[in-house]
Amino acid sequence: MTTKLLDRRTAPATAAAFATYPELLSWLLDDDGSQDQAVRQQWEDRIAELRRDRLVRPAIFVGAGTCGLGAGAQETLDVIRAYLDLHEVKADVIKVGCIGLCSAEPLVDIQIPGRTRVMFQQVTKDKVNGLLDAVLVGQIPDKLALAQHRHATLKPWDDVPFLDEHPFFAPQTRWVLANCGLIDPAQIDEYIAHGGYQALAKMVRQYTPAQVCELVEASGLRGRGGGGFPTGTKWKFACMAKSDGKYLICNADEGDPGAFMDRAVIESDPHRLVEGMVIAAYAIGATKAYIYIRAEYPLAIKRLQVALAQAEANRLLGENILGTDFNLQIAIKMGAGAFVCGEETALIHSIEGRRGMPRPRPPFPALKGLFGKPTIINNVETLANVPMLVDRGAEWFSSLGTPTSKGTKVFALSGKVARTGLVEVAMGTTVRQIVFNVGGGIPDGRQYKAVQIGGPSGGCIPEQHLDIDIDYESLKTVGAMMGSGGLVVMDEDNCMVDVAMFFMDFIQRESCGKCIPCREGTRRMLEILQRITRGRQREKGIDALERFHSVLHLQDLAETIRDASLCGLGMTAPNPVLSTLRFFRDEYESHIYERHCPAGVCAELLTFTIDPDRCKGCTLCAKKCPTDAIVGSPKQLHYIVADKCIGCGTCLDVCKPGAVLKN
Amino acid sequence: MVTIEINGRPFEAEPGEMLLQTLRRAGVQVPTLCHLEGLLPSGACRMCVVEIEGQRGLIPSCAYPVTQPTKVRTHSARAVLARRTIVELLVANHPDDCLYCTRNQDCQLQDLVQQLGVRQRRYAGEKSRHIMDMSSPSIVREPSKCVLCGKCVRVCEEVQGVGCIDFIGRGSRSKIGTAFDDGLNVSGCINCGQCVVVCPTGALAERSHIPEVLAALRDPRKRVVVQHAPAVSVTVGEAFGLPVGADVAGAMTGALRRLGFDRVFDTSFTADLTIMEEASELVHRLQNGGRLPMLTSCSPGWIKFVETSYPESIGNLSTCKSPQQMMGAVIKSYFANREQIDPHDIYSVSIMPCTAKKFEAARPEMMRHGVADIDAVLTTRELVQLLHMHGLDLAEVPAENADTPFGERTTAGKLFGASGGVMEAAIRTAHWMVTGRELEAFTVDAVRGMDGVKQASVNVDGLTLNVAVVSGLGNACRLLDQIRDGRSDLHFIEVMTCPGGCVAGGGQPFGADVDAVRRRMQGLYELDRQESVRTSHNNASVKRLYDEFLGQPLSHTSHELLHTHYVPRDALA
Amino acid sequence: MIVVLPETTPEPDLESILAEYPLARRESLIPLLQEVQEHHGYLSRPAIVRIGQHLDLPTSKIYGVATFYNQFRFQPQGRYHVQVCRGTACHVKGSAAVFEAIKRELKIDAGQTSRDRMFSLEVVACIGACGLAPVICINDVFHASVTPQSVIKILDSYRKKAAKHDDQAA
Repeated sequence: MTTKLLDRRTAPATAAAFATYPELLSWLLDDDGSQDQAVRQQWEDRIAELRRDRLVRPAIFVGAGTCGLGAGAQETLDVIRAYLDLHEVKADVIKVGCIGLCSAEPLVDIQIPGRTRVMFQQVTKDKVNGLLDAVLVGQIPDKLALAQHRHATLKPWDDVPFLDEHPFFAPQTRWVLANCGLIDPAQIDEYIAHGGYQALAKMVRQYTPAQVCELVEASGLRGRGGGGFPTGTKWKFACMAKSDGKYLICNADEGDPGAFMDRAVIESDPHRLVEGMVIAAYAIGATKAYIYIRAEYPLAIKRLQVALAQAEANRLLGENILGTDFNLQIAIKMGAGAFVCGEETALIHSIEGRRGMPRPRPPFPALKGLFGKPTIINNVETLANVPMLVDRGAEWFSSLGTPTSKGTKVFALSGKVARTGLVEVAMGTTVRQIVFNVGGGIPDGRQYKAVQIGGPSGGCIPEQHLDIDIDYESLKTVGAMMGSGGLVVMDEDNCMVDVAMFFMDFIQRESCGKCIPCREGTRRMLEILQRITRGRQREKGIDALERFHSVLHLQDLAETIRDASLCGLGMTAPNPVLSTLRFFRDEYESHIYERHCPAGVCAELLTFTIDPDRCKGCTLCAKKCPTDAIVGSPKQLHYIVADKCIGCGTCLDVCKPGAVLKN
Repeated sequence: MVTIEINGRPFEAEPGEMLLQTLRRAGVQVPTLCHLEGLLPSGACRMCVVEIEGQRGLIPSCAYPVTQPTKVRTHSARAVLARRTIVELLVANHPDDCLYCTRNQDCQLQDLVQQLGVRQRRYAGEKSRHIMDMSSPSIVREPSKCVLCGKCVRVCEEVQGVGCIDFIGRGSRSKIGTAFDDGLNVSGCINCGQCVVVCPTGALAERSHIPEVLAALRDPRKRVVVQHAPAVSVTVGEAFGLPVGADVAGAMTGALRRLGFDRVFDTSFTADLTIMEEASELVHRLQNGGRLPMLTSCSPGWIKFVETSYPESIGNLSTCKSPQQMMGAVIKSYFANREQIDPHDIYSVSIMPCTAKKFEAARPEMMRHGVADIDAVLTTRELVQLLHMHGLDLAEVPAENADTPFGERTTAGKLFGASGGVMEAAIRTAHWMVTGRELEAFTVDAVRGMDGVKQASVNVDGLTLNVAVVSGLGNACRLLDQIRDGRSDLHFIEVMTCPGGCVAGGGQPFGADVDAVRRRMQGLYELDRQESVRTSHNNASVKRLYDEFLGQPLSHTSHELLHTHYVPRDALA
Repeated sequence: MIVVLPETTPEPDLESILAEYPLARRESLIPLLQEVQEHHGYLSRPAIVRIGQHLDLPTSKIYGVATFYNQFRFQPQGRYHVQVCRGTACHVKGSAAVFEAIKRELKIDAGQTSRDRMFSLEVVACIGACGLAPVICINDVFHASVTPQSVIKILDSYRKKAAKHDDQAA
């Protein structure tokens, strides 16, 4: 039996091959201790092998998520394969997902038989040969080693820190990300060996749909997509609705700029999402589910397709799931690029083949959604929380977190921070811990200014509120929101007016254009910000007056957009401005009254001068200046004509002796 | 009943009805720009927002079903500020050329600016620039004046089943246009003008023929004759403060003479003529195994729709020209001959409740020897404009009679103005043609009223004639689909493009709700009730026309002048 | 003039794509548009008309949907399709300057294709590679931590690659 299983591992990944996998699951599920000891041993061996508790040959794991690939993981992988071929080394090469530490990519883990698995950072292709030369003979190159995974039985390496002691991982609580970067996302049996699909089996065999809803409601799980609506309560509406068809939609249209949690989860552990979806569909009585995913995520889509095919071949999807009379089909719908489709009714319209414009609610989708039927829409992270939650129970889940926010939250940490990547922390963790402990603080000795949380609908958290808890309600008190999980750190070199303008520009472009306050209002708000950051060079007539005039009405405008817009996108559209205005009023005032950008970002407000002592008269700056604002003859001192300068900074970039000064 | 509190006063609401409806019944004025009676709320304009106790944001009353007792404040400071800001935002993106706009003083945006006291340009900024679309013979689109309420898109798709326009693009760059943003003329537009009627601003208007008509009136060589359609006389009075539905045919005739028209004819006369031809055609088809069901052909939007979308049904269309075109044909033949005028010197104007009539008049089939039968078509709204321009008030002008030979009409012809009217008139005459006897009761109640689809069975000498009356092309689509799928019980179907018929045509005065349309219809029914000559075959002038010129219905001359043919059209719908 | 030679096998024609969607309803519209664009590089006018006929929907509705979403293009794509990420992380790390540099270098704006059909440019909301910001993506290959200077070199390398390929083909 064992040999048969081993054979299958090398068999092509066809449906026929998958069809044998449920044996593992059914053994796990039906093991009542009465089975033959030899058979039991065979299965346990198999599981140990899948969990890599025992190895017969070295295993090399390459983080091949989108971010890893972007950092060159494919080349690293190619060189590894070439190395193994050349040296005729027998080793397993496994493409895993993303463990989350993007700034250290490409990440390569190596585990040799008997020893713990070690993670190496920044293994670009040029470092592969040296690394493999060393590790395969049992030496760990200190420079590349990041940490070793803790293991109960395997022998640890000396002088290599454990992963759970590493500052990036130590403060984290990894529930949703538990398998990310560790298992092969293309193998359902690895997921099963790590406990996968057992929660589903428990639910469909032992719980009624209503009981599942109860359980999820009792756990206090709230929507992770931004709104924070209690998930179980939402399910109950649909569960109780009488209809000849119901739908479940997984919203993987991760549109917030600066957020990539969903992509990483799907690329690294797609079966967790699939299992969560099957449980959710069972709870609400849906027989058809959609995953609405961005077309910009080709790898995630591929991983999902494989995962769905495997689940179906294993009767974890499709007809008579796990031998019950519960049926479910899951289809992938690719989003076509519209941020507003994160809004439930817009998403529904998009799946229906219409323009993704929201409609008024009520009727709520839970009662009247896709094709007019009760529809539940949950975000990826919400659904990925479900398997572990229902397996371990509501009490276990709610033991972590704050009174109103339970469990963990995944964040995509990026921007001006030493360690960027995917982070999962317990609710109630402070923002400071995330930025300074997990993220390692601001690089290059710069000063922290703010962290932008919640994407375009969210807000900024300045220094004085760094100790605020990650919690749906607390974040609102400082004008921010949980959002879907983007955390972008900004330092003193970032201009908050510019950041507000970036978000207004985004929202303005992504507004669907249906309701007037959002369509016309965001456009005017953006113009107001553009006027503030405009230099005198481009002003004529009464422009300077308009500039002040419009600022005076910013408040009325923001209120109307917030109060009267049709959907969440519009209602939260003024947030980037209101939030930055609240904490960084002085920066706005500098822009408005002094036409000065303290961070030196807003190009038109910058002035450039040439240091006469350093200018060599090389003429490069004059040649490159797009507006011919620099005058001077060769070998002579050059001069910048302020009226012509548009502040693009090209001269600063090209000047070799560093004679151009920015003020 | 649910008792809700509106601005501190209790009011009984129907459970489940939208709050906006309740507010209107309670006499509370809440403005809207995007609300369309009878269609699902769109919630786009946000003008009808109110404060509802316990709700955080402002709630659009058009999309809020009343289910439980609650407290509503319709004009709280917050709601009024929001409304005013919304209007200011709209104006900030609107070309400031009200003085030159067709909708000046008849514009919902202007009304709102006035109501909400917008007196400052608080949100100046860049305005969207769009090109005007003058390609259509019927409708002019000026997207820069559009507020994107989307009513035109919904009417075109959901009511008319045409869908030749949609939103294009997204956000502040979105606009409304045809496929590929081409001209309306190459789209599937049927020129019905329902979009114009629902448009709150001057973004959509008819293509005006006023300058051409004025030029003709000034031209001493031209004999300018005019006809007015059955639905015009019961609607034009609205613009002069007369009751909705009041028939002002007499005053209108007088006013048209004062405008300088040489002859004033009544299109209802050729409506009677149409009935003679169409009823004969029906009887002929019934008796000779012709193609059934026969479909009426008076409504030019409908004709283009069949040509474009249901070309397989072209053979079912009656070959009769519409009353406008029949009038045009007899004016430039019989009348010209009788008066000894060269048809080239006749300038023939029609006043229609319709924008598609402009397209119809320009069809090449409607020309003979290079001369168009109809030279210019004015909508009811253009007539009002022309009357204002000449200081004529219909409430003051004494009534006059229309001119011979085409001034006499029966109430049957007049009924053409309402959905079901052609059917009633045709039944009356067909019965007489088949049996030689008049019907005992002329009124067929089953085909009257505002319903989109009406059906009746009429006994003609022991034979049952099954008829259907449809208005609004969305309804027509559904019926045609049924027929395509095998429904075969119907003999004769009247189709009017606009819901309710010509009284609600695309050229009629703005601002009529369903109730006003019903009253316009009532005006026509009232004439039918009061007058004695109620059948087309009893129109003495029609009889004389046959005696002196045409011979009999379906004669060779009739075919030449009064019948036409249709061609399948390819259009980007 | 540069003769553009196909680098891949001929794409399936419109009819064979439509044949995969028999009895399709409106919900198939976006997948259909995506598939046609994937194979043809953009949505041509005849393709939009034909899809409308296939789904029994007015062409205006197809055009309305296609112009709503960022993904759809109405001009042929360049040989190299450059996507510039404008996510928050990329922005705070200077993507605006990168975008400007690319526009200057290629002399085209977002949504356009260069005259020689070599490059087309697109701004995408967020590629989701925020840890590597600023990022651009050329024909599905990521280029991480780019600067206004480095993108010019990257674009140049594609020009050279194309020239080399054409030489070999000749």
